[in-house]
Amino acid sequence: MVSKTKAVAAAGVAVALGLTAACGGKSDSSDSKSNSGGKSAYNAAITSVVNASDKKGGTLNLWTAQDADSWDPVRGYYAFVWNMNRLYTRKLMDYASAPGKDGLKLQPDLAASEPEISADKKTYTFKLKAGVKFDDGTPITSKDIKYGIERVFAQDVVPGGPTYLINQLDQGQKYPGPYKDSDPNKLGLKSVETPDDTTIVFKLKDPYADLPYLLAMPGAGPVPQKRDTGKQYGSKPAASGPYMISEYQPGKSLKLVRNPNWDSSTDTIRKALPDAINLTITTNAEDLDSRLEQGTADIDISQTGVQTKARGDILRDPKLKAYADAPATGFIRYAAISTKVAPFDNVDCRKAVIYASDPTGLQTARGGAVAGGDIGTNMLPPNIAGSDPSYDPYGRAQGKPQVDKAKQALAACGKPTGFNTIIAVRNNKPAEIKTAESLQASLATAGIKATIEQYDGAQIASVVGSPDNAHKKGYGIMIAGWGADWQTGTGYLQALVDSRYILKNGNFNLPEISDPSIDGLFDQAALETDPAKAADIYKQVNQKVMEGAYYLPFVFDKALNYRNPRLTNAYVHDSFGMLDFQALGVSDGK
Amino acid sequence: MSIGPEASITDERSAPTDDAAAVRGTGDTAIAGRSLKQIAWRRLKRDKVAMGGAFVVMFLVLLAILAPVLARIWGHPVNEFHGDQIDPTFSTPIGSFGGISKDFILGVEPSSGRDIFSRILYGAQTTLIVAVLSALVSTVLGTLFGLAAGYLGGWVDSIISRVMDFLLAFPQLLFAIALVSVLPQSIFGVSGRWSRVLVLIGVIGFFGWPYIGRIVRGQTLSLREREFIEASKSLGAGSRRILFRELLPNLAAPILVYTTLIIPTNILTDAALSFLGVGIPPPNPSWGGMLSDALSYYTDDPMYMIIPGVMIFVTVLAFNLFGDGLRDALDPKAR
Repeated sequence: MVSKTKAVAAAGVAVALGLTAACGGKSDSSDSKSNSGGKSAYNAAITSVVNASDKKGGTLNLWTAQDADSWDPVRGYYAFVWNMNRLYTRKLMDYASAPGKDGLKLQPDLAASEPEISADKKTYTFKLKAGVKFDDGTPITSKDIKYGIERVFAQDVVPGGPTYLINQLDQGQKYPGPYKDSDPNKLGLKSVETPDDTTIVFKLKDPYADLPYLLAMPGAGPVPQKRDTGKQYGSKPAASGPYMISEYQPGKSLKLVRNPNWDSSTDTIRKALPDAINLTITTNAEDLDSRLEQGTADIDISQTGVQTKARGDILRDPKLKAYADAPATGFIRYAAISTKVAPFDNVDCRKAVIYASDPTGLQTARGGAVAGGDIGTNMLPPNIAGSDPSYDPYGRAQGKPQVDKAKQALAACGKPTGFNTIIAVRNNKPAEIKTAESLQASLATAGIKATIEQYDGAQIASVVGSPDNAHKKGYGIMIAGWGADWQTGTGYLQALVDSRYILKNGNFNLPEISDPSIDGLFDQAALETDPAKAADIYKQVNQKVMEGAYYLPFVFDKALNYRNPRLTNAYVHDSFGMLDFQALGVSDGK
Repeated sequence: MSIGPEASITDERSAPTDDAAAVRGTGDTAIAGRSLKQIAWRRLKRDKVAMGGAFVVMFLVLLAILAPVLARIWGHPVNEFHGDQIDPTFSTPIGSFGGISKDFILGVEPSSGRDIFSRILYGAQTTLIVAVLSALVSTVLGTLFGLAAGYLGGWVDSIISRVMDFLLAFPQLLFAIALVSVLPQSIFGVSGRWSRVLVLIGVIGFFGWPYIGRIVRGQTLSLREREFIEASKSLGAGSRRILFRELLPNLAAPILVYTTLIIPTNILTDAALSFLGVGIPPPNPSWGGMLSDALSYYTDDPMYMIIPGVMIFVTVLAFNLFGDGLRDALDPKAR
């Protein structure tokens, strides 16, 4: 579902998708640094909990200019929807509720403890907590979790969400999903077993160390079979978290109220401070920004950054700036350089493009250092273990184009006078078009004559995502962006650089990198259940990708967001690159 | 796009007289011998507003033709980035008033630092070429079909009239957006800027002809019953001669006026299409495209919106004033 992610990005939701796990119980203790006063300051919420508090009550006023793709946990793919799911969907494992890298750790949520992993690393056994219930009071059993996971397979009925679980769990069964299941209990998926109501066992064909991350996505949450309404389930999903959806009017509003059957003693992740949570859906982003500034809206849950006008207001006014953060979203904006389109089959011609590009120009085109992001130096975003922004093999951080080096690379490539190529760019992304123009202008100084070709952004999967089409059109350079569905090197890089992920349609390995040593490293990582050792492997992958000059990273994406001063427990969760919605409370009790 | 002409050229008001003789007949004997052309020219010269419009139009055409030269003297290469002119935090020009300075006489573009003066000049090229050539396309098509419908009558008239109704009711803007986004980048061997210019000329021109076609048809209908046509018929003149030697010269005045008046409409259409992102592809400049770009900066850098906006306004106004003056001058009933 690489293609899905892309589609999401194309839909204008520029946020990294992370696992929506809420492991939160520990947040209070781990936030000791924030407890020192808790005064808000610019970017304070990135590293600490701002206004830490346990005060309950009040109503959280959330706003968005973009409605959810679906509130059905298995169908949502927008990052903010995954974040919202933390409020009403619990999973076996969920992300800890803590700022910084601590938030990337998975904690047991519905599971009583970490899974028991067999010696061959192919069997994961989870035991469920006692006393966990749905909003109607029925206990959550392992069968509900299995049924929820089976719904991922029903892509004909409930499409839209990530499908990684199918790749790992189908194992040749061609399971059609519960709606077409011949099993009387609709629990026919063979790779997942439920020996009793509190035990669930996952049997993999090959070791896959990232399985817990897949189980922390909302789609792996429990769904009671008798309340499953198929396509309509998103209008009133069963709640396992502290809140439940009381009313949803598409395109207008969503109301969440407390789930009376949620027991805080079973939940170490969620705080559940406000009594009610209202989401207003608008179409006017500028109006939303002015509401944020006036304090009539608490946050914009799309968390993709304020518009240009509000950006100016916030950065110029120190009072407003103190309540703004510009966290890394986990996206990298980049140009992919096709290895299958001449002359880029030669690594030196690819290097010439990287050297000739103007790092500052590209950064400004993305919105500058604050709203656009830091100059991209390599292909692993800063929130992923193994990343190192100071790893800068092409000397991009200094900000100037290196025309001399570009000319040397051109000479080494056998094209000393330059060549012609085409830059393909989505027509519905103004910032991407601007980066294309900047790239075109700087390439011209090195003698590389590039033509910009715009295509319908909604068709990304069949235009640049189809290698045959890209070759035919002669797309040498393709501009895109990517955020991880879960924050590991596999979650971010595999779709971009693993040759086995080159697809006929919806391809994201745009350069068509085919390097057995890179593929091999991912296989190695799949065996590595120790995140620290896996991080080391991803570091090597990143180096190989950069040495091959397949990608020209523009920026490590950032988004300037504003939060209402009255919010308590505000911190940026690294798996989403946005505030952790479930932790928020209000200080004035309103 | 589907803004009709401002000028109301109805049969009653501007039905041209058969020829200069009629003017002579009604006029004073002292000015006998003056042709319609001469009279119109005299009237036009006296109309200061129209002449002002004409001068502005000529000035703009001159700017467009001399764009490369002027950009070299007072500007910078049109696609040259000037990152040093841009505030990296806000992406807006560092200097006040949109970065207007000795080096950049109209300021610089936010985010890229390109010279607005050069971009306005090159934008004038595309805008004027698209507007004038598409007006020409409309005029030629409209005249041909209008003449045929009005003169031949019968089923030819029915078909052409229904086609015109159909085209007038057609959601032209939506069609243009759809068409431009599916067309390939290069057409007839031209690519980039000029291929899109061709498409725009085709689309705007094609959808503009029914307006002029209706007027020509109406005029033809009334003219073909006139004595001088009957006279040529009885003298054995063929259809071609009657159409092109007898009818067409009498239609010249409304056609000319109308053509002048659809040019500003076309400029607005072109700007609207560029504004919607289906005009001239970047990095090539267009006024509508600049306006659309300026939207996201209008609070921080209003100059970037004002400059192309004023250019569009001035151009449209100049063409309209000139067209109005021309209509008054050519109207035999006007004093």
